Amino acid sequence: MKHWYKILSVIIIIYTLVWGLLNTVPRLDILNETIRNVYYHVPIWFAMLFMMTVSVIQSVLSLTKNNLRNDSKAFNASLVGFFFSIPGLLTGSVWAKYTWGTWWTFQDPKLNGVAISILIYLAYFILRFSIDDELKRARISAVYNIFAYVMMNVFIMVLPRLTDSLHPGNGGNPAFAKYDLDSNMRLVFYPAVIGWVFFSYWLFNITNRISFIKNKLHD
Amino acid sequence: MFLSLIKKEFLLEFRQKSTIGGVLVYVIGTIFVSALCFKARLDKPTWNALFWVITLFTSVTISGKSFLKETGGQALFNFLHYSPQQFIISKVLYNMVFMLCLSFVTFFFYAFFIKNEVENLSLFFLVLVLASSGLAGVLSLMSAIASKASGNFAIMSILSFPVLMPLILVVIRLSKQAVDGLEWAGVGLDFIVILVALNVLTLALSFLLFPYLWRD
Repeated sequence: MKHWYKILSVIIIIYTLVWGLLNTVPRLDILNETIRNVYYHVPIWFAMLFMMTVSVIQSVLSLTKNNLRNDSKAFNASLVGFFFSIPGLLTGSVWAKYTWGTWWTFQDPKLNGVAISILIYLAYFILRFSIDDELKRARISAVYNIFAYVMMNVFIMVLPRLTDSLHPGNGGNPAFAKYDLDSNMRLVFYPAVIGWVFFSYWLFNITNRISFIKNKLHD
Repeated sequence: MFLSLIKKEFLLEFRQKSTIGGVLVYVIGTIFVSALCFKARLDKPTWNALFWVITLFTSVTISGKSFLKETGGQALFNFLHYSPQQFIISKVLYNMVFMLCLSFVTFFFYAFFIKNEVENLSLFFLVLVLASSGLAGVLSLMSAIASKASGNFAIMSILSFPVLMPLILVVIRLSKQAVDGLEWAGVGLDFIVILVALNVLTLALSFLLFPYLWRD
């Protein structure tokens, strides 16, 4: 049964979509019903980070093994991760509108971090398109990918913890576990993370197969 | 080995007086244009931000060429005579010295043409040192990457700006404290630690990753 994770991801995502809207959530000021966005917004970012990590691992493999398959996997993973950043941004933006009163703010280090990481991945794509030789492209883009990944993590993980953030768990704001993730919400939130991560892995596999077939046709 | 490489870099730089002169004119020209555009309307945060934007753009433009020279026969010679680690470390060291001089020159002209808003000068100089070494570390590797990518000049800034952001944001925060004249006791040590850590991190990454860019 090698398809188990695909079936599981679809079932879990449907479950979280339905039960996420139906179950009871804590009544909190400002957040009110928008707290349900935790089930959609946060897991999508988890999926994106997961794909970016897969991409970097593949880049490291492509450098050490000198294998073009790993390089195309690294590219595909970053494409899928980039794809996930769009719904991540949209759900976050809508949520911000109803809780912080604005679609986008430069006050929050996490938002800036996300904007920067999207720029980094666009730069990665442009770098790839500007090199024609396949082996050279594999090596050079892998070097940039690894470097950029480390910098992105410094940005997303470290900087927000030093300055005030509007996100929970950073700066002066209380953490998730403290107030808004009660046991009822955990029943949806944790499966949602697993579901979206599996779903991203499924997309990653599909893009891999597409590029494999394209390569075969090309040869 | 290092010394001979670094010496070679300096010799090359000073033999071509046009590049040094070009850098100076570039810096002065940029500062003069911003002085005319902003007139006397600069308050402290803007003064600080504008200074770092100018430094960022100058250093990206200047260091973009640091690997462009190493092509053809020169590249083959380097490849045969030096190890990649020696090469990148000497490049970074040279760039650090160069950026440091450049940022001090920038600060001098910036203070001269616009005004000097810095109240805690020793902290500001520390920030200048840490920032220029960090910039040199990141930009050396980025320039090595850009030089391999079909000589497209815009690619240098596309690649560098996003990865420089963490460094620049920390630097701007810290230098804001220097501009505001915070006493040493009240300075956020966190920021200094992060800056040093970022420096070490970029150096280590360049050291590890550069050998893969080395062969063609």
